[in-house]
Amino acid sequence: MHIQPILAALRRHKAGTVLIALQIALTLAIVCNALFIINQRLAHIDEPSGVDEANLFVIANQWGEQYSTQEAVERIEQDLVTLRQLPGVQDVTSSNNYPIRGISNDNFITMTPDQRAPTSDAAYYMGDANFVRTLGLKLIAGRDFRPEEVQNQGLRQTVDPSVAIISKAMATKLFPNSDALGKHFYAMTPNPITVIGIVDVLHRGDVSTWSAPYIGESMIVPVRPADPYGIYYIVRTKPGQLAAAMRAAPKALYAENRMRMIDPKDGLLSFAQVRHRAFESDRGMAILMSIICIVLLAITAAGIIGLTSFWVGQRRRQIGVRRALGATHRDIMQYFMTENLLISLGGLAIGVVLAFGLNLWLHIHLELKVLPLTYVLGGTVILLLLGQGAVFAPALRASRVPPIEATRPA
Amino acid sequence: MLGYYIDLAIRSLKRSPGLTLLMILTVGFGVAASMVTYSVFRAVSGDPIPWKSAQLYVPQIEMWGPKGHGGPGDNGDPPDAMDYTDAIALMRDHRARYQSAMYMITPSVVPAEAGKHPINVEGHAVFNEFFPMTDAPFKYGSGWSASDDDQRAAVAVISEKLNQKLFGGANSVGKVVDIDGKDYRVVGVLNKWEPQPRFYDVSNTGGFTTNADDVFIPFMRAIDVDMSNDGNTNCAETPAQSGFKGLQLSSCIWISYMVQLDSAAQAKAYKDYLDGYAREQQRSGRFSWPPNNRLRDLHAWLDAEHVVPSDTEVSLLVAIGLLLVCLVNTAGLLLAKFLRRSNEIGVRRAIGAPRSAIYAQFLVEAGIVGLSGGVLGLLLTGVGIHGVSWVLPKDIANLAHLDVQLLLLTLIVAVVSTMLAGIYPTYRASRVQPAWQLKSN
Repeated sequence: MHIQPILAALRRHKAGTVLIALQIALTLAIVCNALFIINQRLAHIDEPSGVDEANLFVIANQWGEQYSTQEAVERIEQDLVTLRQLPGVQDVTSSNNYPIRGISNDNFITMTPDQRAPTSDAAYYMGDANFVRTLGLKLIAGRDFRPEEVQNQGLRQTVDPSVAIISKAMATKLFPNSDALGKHFYAMTPNPITVIGIVDVLHRGDVSTWSAPYIGESMIVPVRPADPYGIYYIVRTKPGQLAAAMRAAPKALYAENRMRMIDPKDGLLSFAQVRHRAFESDRGMAILMSIICIVLLAITAAGIIGLTSFWVGQRRRQIGVRRALGATHRDIMQYFMTENLLISLGGLAIGVVLAFGLNLWLHIHLELKVLPLTYVLGGTVILLLLGQGAVFAPALRASRVPPIEATRPA
Repeated sequence: MLGYYIDLAIRSLKRSPGLTLLMILTVGFGVAASMVTYSVFRAVSGDPIPWKSAQLYVPQIEMWGPKGHGGPGDNGDPPDAMDYTDAIALMRDHRARYQSAMYMITPSVVPAEAGKHPINVEGHAVFNEFFPMTDAPFKYGSGWSASDDDQRAAVAVISEKLNQKLFGGANSVGKVVDIDGKDYRVVGVLNKWEPQPRFYDVSNTGGFTTNADDVFIPFMRAIDVDMSNDGNTNCAETPAQSGFKGLQLSSCIWISYMVQLDSAAQAKAYKDYLDGYAREQQRSGRFSWPPNNRLRDLHAWLDAEHVVPSDTEVSLLVAIGLLLVCLVNTAGLLLAKFLRRSNEIGVRRAIGAPRSAIYAQFLVEAGIVGLSGGVLGLLLTGVGIHGVSWVLPKDIANLAHLDVQLLLLTLIVAVVSTMLAGIYPTYRASRVQPAWQLKSN
């Protein structure tokens, strides 16, 4: 295939050529960045929580009366017994928070009490001796809490835990070169906290971008938050009994003590719902970007088809002449395919620059990460295929122009 | 002549229905995508109190010193809320026209009727000047007085919604409401008031919320009865003492603060006062660092707090990109369409039509494509705004709506942009040489 005559012909269609190339360039720039955003969001949505999500549900319980710390402890223990007795319930625990709720309680972590810049900002879970077991966390080293280790903490009281179970991600961050078990750290506490156990994965309470440097870094301390305002009950059911237990739980709690509030909207959530809510905006963004990508690619394809069809119509006579002079169907076909390839390559060259330009802008103003080259390469391939696919039908039509056209007036 | 051009345009468009449909679809989708994302953007970047936002300011004081800095994303700004000590000191000095410290509360309200469950409500503990400062609209009664604040009176302002729930919507001023087990006298009932974002307490509410505040009680009263704060509490160090009292003695931040300053001079004076206050704290040894304060007006404050989600901005930007591609596409298609009719143009020119007539004819045609695309875009925008609640979080999606302004904007954007896209093709059409066209026939 000779490229020279194609370029010569394109020079006579400067405007159309430039418009298609420009369209391809803009499409590449947007599609690359959109795909990158989609992929980032999907990766975020798939972050593991580390808990047995299929069999867990959470009750946000608030009291309708003012309780002292001691009264609150008694109510909580009574509630835990009530919940544990429900059919289908395997285990129950209480906590100040749970993974991927959307909001973290977190503490700065330092290795020495007077360290200035913190080593980590870890999620801070308060759990009793049932916490690890109920959530279905995988203890990979050390031991679980003993019941006698668990202290009660009233509203804004400060208890000073001496031991903690930490996530593997946190262990690696604090002690990159050695085994964390038995070592100490400080979590805005006056006294050192000893690591007694390590769990494989435990997600933070929040899923925000600010905490991305601390992803997966969580700690559990043996504390029961006896908050007079309320608490989270986390319930693990036997397989397949989640729905029934979720229906029974609030009824049983209300029957036991009416002076409580379980928000009808979000007081009772299965973990599937928790995950759905946590990543709602990420999923939305991924869907939105996908829609835009599809519309964009469809429009670009349609544009190529439209303009090439016009060119084919315009050049019927020339095609006829070429056919009459011995060009085969394939030659004509190849001519249009190559023409599109050349325009696409030109457009894509500009598009690569635009893609990084747009990314740079998004990076500076809206904190998007730097676009990896693979996305640009991927986008380039997609658009080349799209162009070739779009041009196929008009090119085929062109190849069917009979040689007799050469003798007809334009 | 216009009627004739419209007739010509419609005939021409009918001749190639495929190409016409393609252009209309392109314009429709492009316009709809940008209008839907724009409607969301407009909703979240709107001014919640446009008549007054220039007079409302949020002061920030550096009470943490170097200890509070150095984390990721730190830009040297002082903390975005106040600790108790400084909030109370500023309230006592009372240097602004209006001012109020406020903190978020989530007490339980027990309905008077026996057998009803307690309900959990959101609210704020505020000072009396909060109401005139925010122009909170009253249905019955009014806010409380400065002396109520001083006497730590058990009074409350409740929302219309709570009034409906507790008193069936009747004028409940003077009646008693049970908040966290204590009796409060209702002094005012607000009309429906759900400013979005909730500008008076962005640091605790994050800006956009689906819930609205149901109760307001005097700040010092709430402190007296130990009504704990909800929302964010941020500490640079662990409080030395336990409990809510310990929080009040600590440098932890949990209080929002807003002032009304009516002129630039007043704002300047207030900023000087803040710096003077910080210097005084430095002299007394409480702060071991020089003043690092901010006094932002409401716009700058909402900006600094990133109230507009960056997702919204990214979406808008990408959608505008999509519109741009649609326009380039339409320009290409119009070019093809117009040049295909070189013969017709040649004939018209040969029998005396000036270039301006060709311009008019083809711009009318582009305009008709734009208008049709706009109508389609309008439909798609309607569908899109409806579908946005399925894609975006509720607190944001609920704010997007279709109104006359957006309707007109959709049509205008569609027509103007299509005509812009049609300028070059029209120019090319007008340059057609009549002689060539006639000769080749």
